[in-house]
Amino acid sequence: MQLVNTTLVLVMLANLALLSSSRLASCIQFVAAQGILLSLLPLEMAHGESFEYGRVLTLAAIILVLKGWVFPMLLSRTLRTAQVRHEVIPMVGYVASLVAGVMVLSLSFWISSRLTFPHRPDSPAISTLVLPFALSTILIGLFLIVTRKTALMQVIGYLVLENGIYIFGMALAQEQQFLVEMGILLDVFVAVFVMGIAIFHINREFDHIDVHQLTSLKD
Amino acid sequence: MIGSIGSALILVPLVAGLAAFWWRDDRSRRVLLLLTATAHLGLTAAAWVRWHENFISDTPLPIPAGAWVALDATGLLFLTTVSVLFFACSIYSVGYLAREKEHTHIDYEEQLFFNNEPEAVFTGCLLLFLASMTLVCSSQHFGLLWVGVEATTLASAPLIYFHRQHRSLEATWKYLLICSVGIALALLGNFLLAVAAIDNNSSTALLVTDLIANASKLHTPWLKVSFLFFLVGYGTKMGLAPMHTWLPDAHSESPSVVSALLSGALLNCAFLGILRAHQVCVAADSGEFSQQLLRVFGLFSMTIAAVFILGQVDFKRMLAYSSVEHMGILALGVGLGGAGAFGAGLHAINHSLTKACLFLVAGNILAAYETKAVKDVSGLRRLLPLSGVLWLGGFLSITGSPPFGTFLSEFTILKAALDADHTIVAVLYLALLALIFIGMANIVLPMAQGRPRGAVIKSGSGEALWATLPPAMLGLLVLGVGLYLPPTMSAMLHEVATALGGK
Repeated sequence: MQLVNTTLVLVMLANLALLSSSRLASCIQFVAAQGILLSLLPLEMAHGESFEYGRVLTLAAIILVLKGWVFPMLLSRTLRTAQVRHEVIPMVGYVASLVAGVMVLSLSFWISSRLTFPHRPDSPAISTLVLPFALSTILIGLFLIVTRKTALMQVIGYLVLENGIYIFGMALAQEQQFLVEMGILLDVFVAVFVMGIAIFHINREFDHIDVHQLTSLKD
Repeated sequence: MIGSIGSALILVPLVAGLAAFWWRDDRSRRVLLLLTATAHLGLTAAAWVRWHENFISDTPLPIPAGAWVALDATGLLFLTTVSVLFFACSIYSVGYLAREKEHTHIDYEEQLFFNNEPEAVFTGCLLLFLASMTLVCSSQHFGLLWVGVEATTLASAPLIYFHRQHRSLEATWKYLLICSVGIALALLGNFLLAVAAIDNNSSTALLVTDLIANASKLHTPWLKVSFLFFLVGYGTKMGLAPMHTWLPDAHSESPSVVSALLSGALLNCAFLGILRAHQVCVAADSGEFSQQLLRVFGLFSMTIAAVFILGQVDFKRMLAYSSVEHMGILALGVGLGGAGAFGAGLHAINHSLTKACLFLVAGNILAAYETKAVKDVSGLRRLLPLSGVLWLGGFLSITGSPPFGTFLSEFTILKAALDADHTIVAVLYLALLALIFIGMANIVLPMAQGRPRGAVIKSGSGEALWATLPPAMLGLLVLGVGLYLPPTMSAMLHEVATALGGK
């Protein structure tokens, strides 16, 4: 429980760092750190007699490789080809974003306090921090997608959103089928890959990756 | 048996699609596309024969316990539209790809040169797109369904960016990001459903059949929240307003053959995701909750579509907004329950066939006139006689005029609204349909009538067989459904309606 809570607090710190940073390279590092922390969760949450070493270890290893290494590598490669260093001035400033992040966190705590979880008698209690932190990670991911202007930062926002959903899934819907988890990870992997290619083309076509200038299609 | 057909249906296009990426020769790769489409249609027909035999002998086809991939009536119905549409589109795309190879590419709107995506990538993605849609239709597991829906997004994104110019790139980026975020929310819906089903046996959790069988043990509040996320998540992909913003861009900027598949096949697949969640809600006595939400989103989508169709200047965008309208009708039909669910099932087929026909014809118009602007197109009946007839017929069908199948299904939904005493819904529904009829008539009729203007009459640009046969086939099918509904199909629609809480 203690370990889970520490990990979740660190995940939240990575969120706040993402909200306040304008250097894209640092943002990639923060999301990589978040991915590595996430890979620890299945190990820390494993419990009881239903503990299957093989399954949990494989899952943790795959998350570690994908979220901690492959995704950041794909994103860094995109960053190099796009030759941008900084986020263009976002719609919401960095300090304001940080304040919004803290507000989102308190909102998540308030929502979580009003929910009761159906609970199986034979399984141990779930940490009370899981739900608020999962919820706020999801919301911060959405916030990044909406307020940031470079395509790369939107992909990072998508990854944060995915991480939040993942925390939720791992904590509350335990014992998912292994194949489904693999399918989900594979899809996210391909998504990041395809988005990376799209950013490459956007950069070549427009000489920038500021998606707010993609405005030729409208009614 | 039916499970093995299901697996074969997924594997054939998957293998062919992967092979297409490395296939060097253009001509034989096009043959591969045609063969795969034919094989897929054949396998779907085999599933129908099997279903028909069971229908005759009156033994309902059981879904094997614990099966992840199996075709039930709902899945088979949606799969059939996918398969028929893909067959028609594969014939069209063979001719289209051959033509695209021949001439240089100049952007119609801005007179800039651009390149096309390599044909191997296009064909490969097209086949992978088919495989992923088949996976969506035949999966009985919510997680697998999610994997399939996300895979359809990723396989179809390169298809939208076939013409490598900046407008289609913009459309691709919006499509990728908005749909991925939407589908991520549907993943949250999956997890919430797992929370609701925490008292069930965990090894079979999230199987549709299992959830329905143990529906009384579900935690209702969590089920409701989960349905909400499914509706918003898959609704984004399905094009329900207000989450539809990517749809007009993607459908107008992609090649017409891709628009036909996106609009006719893919939107239905996303709807299937919502229907599966609705099925569970109905079984758990929360049917009224999900129906109410579906009605609200359905009517709102129709309203938004009507607003944007009136005065639309781009005929492909008009067709795209018409898809938003028809997805609204589908949601409304299921939301009304009773005969409405039957009507929605029938309407899903009719809309797919008609809309694919219209998009393919729109491709012919675009090729001949080199513009998407309504005001620059006239004299369609003279310049392209067959396409002109199909364009008018398609217009009558999409607006629900008799004797087309769409009339039958839209009328059934209206009747369901009146039967269930939803008078306000019925009035709004009729008013919106009338508005959209007027809006589309104002666009379509001037295009068909009059004389061709300007320098559009190019030498030897007559109508090729590949460009007219597939839309004609789809148009005739929709007319056939309107004139005679085979008893097997009617029985299948009844089974679908029962599963969705109708009758």
